[in-house]
Order: sequence, then structure tokens, then C-alpha cells
Amino acid sequence: MLALLLRDLRLATRAGGGFGLSLAFFLIVTVLVPLGVGPEGGTLALIAPGVLWVGALLACLLSLDRIFALDREDGSLDLLATAPLPLEGLVTVKALAHWLTTGLPLTLVAPVLAVLLNLPPAGYGPLTLSLLIGTPALSFIGAFGAALTVGLKRGGLLLSLLVLPLYIPTLIFGAETARRGAEGLASETPLLLLAGITLGAVAILPFAAAAAIRVNLR
Amino acid sequence: MLKVRDLGVSRGGISILDGINLMLAPGAALVLTGPNGIGKTTLLRTIAGLQPAAVGTVELPPEGLAYAGHTDGLKATLTVAENLTFWARVFGQDRIAPALDAMDIAALADRPAQNLSAGQKRRLGLARLLVTRRRLWLLDEPTVSLDTASVRLFAGAVRSHLAAGGAALMASHIDLGLGDAATTLDLAPYRAKLPVPGQGGGFDEAFE
Repeated sequence: MLALLLRDLRLATRAGGGFGLSLAFFLIVTVLVPLGVGPEGGTLALIAPGVLWVGALLACLLSLDRIFALDREDGSLDLLATAPLPLEGLVTVKALAHWLTTGLPLTLVAPVLAVLLNLPPAGYGPLTLSLLIGTPALSFIGAFGAALTVGLKRGGLLLSLLVLPLYIPTLIFGAETARRGAEGLASETPLLLLAGITLGAVAILPFAAAAAIRVNLR
Repeated sequence: MLKVRDLGVSRGGISILDGINLMLAPGAALVLTGPNGIGKTTLLRTIAGLQPAAVGTVELPPEGLAYAGHTDGLKATLTVAENLTFWARVFGQDRIAPALDAMDIAALADRPAQNLSAGQKRRLGLARLLVTRRRLWLLDEPTVSLDTASVRLFAGAVRSHLAAGGAALMASHIDLGLGDAATTLDLAPYRAKLPVPGQGGGFDEAFE
């Protein structure tokens, strides 16, 4: 499993691996919003938590279809399915690799980009914490969606349509945590619910995704 | 080592092969032949466990098997050695040098897989089989895009695998250069009877 994780990280950082694409997308979205909304600090501060969360979520979505589709194309998925590695473990490792190359960098860069959106100082801690706790759910839900669409031609668009509605609870509680933090309110409750969503996704979705892959491999 | 009893396989919900009984002892190799579409690949995928059998049972060695399909499962941006090391570690092994030598690709070890020719990729795919150190090999058209020297190399690798107590089940419609080392089974007599209209293909197929 460690070998698979290292391979996926290595592939992501090689040419054409797509590492950095999500980050660049996130950066551009957050730069575009002040240009569209106008330079008024008050308005920007108000929408900053929500914009950062939606931006992170869309950036996460960009690289989802690569999780299994590339392995399917070159035959690795068939070979991995016959290897002494449970498919559930395969899904977990792949989702973890996706988080390490997408969710974690997004979390780390979000406080820097929050400056562009005039996020109040009190909001930085809750924003980073909510992204840190919430983005693993995005990767695991995304891996499930990628498993469902792995055999399909042009599955990327269908994947977005399937996955975005499933992201709604994560978005609501993640943005709520950041918003409450920015306004100086207590943000424990949405943070706990966010953590619950992430733990639930990590616990259940590898099994669902493995079942979907088994059906798609036939 | 491999026991297949009364196996029936289906593709797309329509059964294509029926009543297949196979047994492979250590040291034995069997080549499946038959016209296009008879179900050689489907049979191999069923035995490999990639799709469920319609009827019948498949008994595999406890440590599992090494499967090689039409594609080699190589990552274009990784080097030959990185590709091979990855597969070795997935199968719990760590030595790749003997496999590189056996397939004559040691000189290419530091080259990215995307710069290999089709035949070199195929040889790397076969080297992958050697690093798994599994006794049962399932090979689907293993010699496609190999030149005659490489086919001999492949035949030599299979022979030494058999001599070491391994077994191999291969599907091919071209001569693999194995001579007497392998027996041949023509799948044509096992073709399933034409499906009754309405059989299979139902909505629930995926959930059976």
C-alpha cells in the first residue's frame, strides 16, 4: 500500500501529473472574485469564507477524474485488482494520495489567498482548520464518484454532476465554521459536524467505491 | 494448482463459453486457442477473478496469481526500474534485477516508459510477471508486438518458470514458440448455445 501511495505521489509531481493545477485554479478564482465583486473591503470580508470554500471545492473537483481513469486506461487497474491488495485499500490509498496532492496544498495556501479577500484576522484559524478537516471528505467522496464513472467515456462531466451535490453538506458546515470564526462566534458545532462527515466518508466510501470498481471492471 | 470445474462465462450478459473443465499441475502450461470472439480473454478474466463466473467454480493457489492482459499497466512518466519496483513491492517482493536481465531490458532501466518501443514495453510487461514470483501465470496474448528474438526470450522465461514448478495458462492465436512444453486447447467446442431471447442483459445484472 505504501508503494502505491509513493507511486501516486511521484506520478502527480512528474510532468503532466497535474500537481499544481488545482492550486493555480484556486488562486485564479480567488483573484477573480474581488475583480467581479468590487474592491469594497466590507463586502469581500463578508463573502470571503464562502468564496474560499467554494473555490477549494471546485479546485478539488478538477483532478478527481484522474484518480482511477488513468489506471484504467493503461491497464494498471486490472492488474491492481488481481494483485494481493484489497480494492478497499486501493481506494483508500488513492483518495489519500489525492488529498495529499490537492486538499492539503489547498489548505496551506488558503490563508495566503484569504488576504486578497480581506478575511477578518479572527477567521484565519477556523478557515484553515475547517479546510484541514473538511478536504479529506472531498477526496473520499470524489474517489467514490470516480469509481462510479471509471469505465465511461467522457465520464468527467458526469462525475462533476454526481459529486457536486454530495459535496453540499461538507460545503455548508465548512463555510459555516469559517464564517462564524470570522465573525468571532463559537465555531465548534459546525466543526464537529464537519469532522463527522469526514469520518463517515472515510469509513464507508472505500467499500462503496470498491464495489463500484468491481462492477465496472467486468 | 489451478482447477476449473464446469465453468461457464458470459460477456455483456450473454453466456459465451460453457462446460469448461481444466486442471493445471505444477510445471504444466496450457495455451487456449480459438477464433476471435470465442471468449479467450473473458475466460482468463473470469479465472483471474476480474469478473464473476456464470456457473462453475475456479480453484486457485492460495498465494494468488499473476495476470497480464492486453495492456501492460505501465506509467509513461516513470522509468522502467520505477515501474518494475512498484509492481514488485505490490506483490511483496523487492528484487527486480533478475527480471530486467531475463527480459533483456537492463540497459533501459533508467529510461521513462514513454520512450520505449511497443516491443520493449511488452517485454517490460512480461518482466512484471517475473517480479511477482507467483506460481500461476495467466497471460492474454503475451507475444503481441514482440519480434522473433523476443518471442524466444519469452518462451525461455516461460520454460524456466515451468521448470521451477510454476504453471501458465495462456491465450493466443499465434505460435508462442513453446514447442512441446505447452499443450493446446481449442475453445471452439465449448461455445455456448445461442442465447434464448430475453436471457441476461437485464437491469439487475450488475447486482447479481
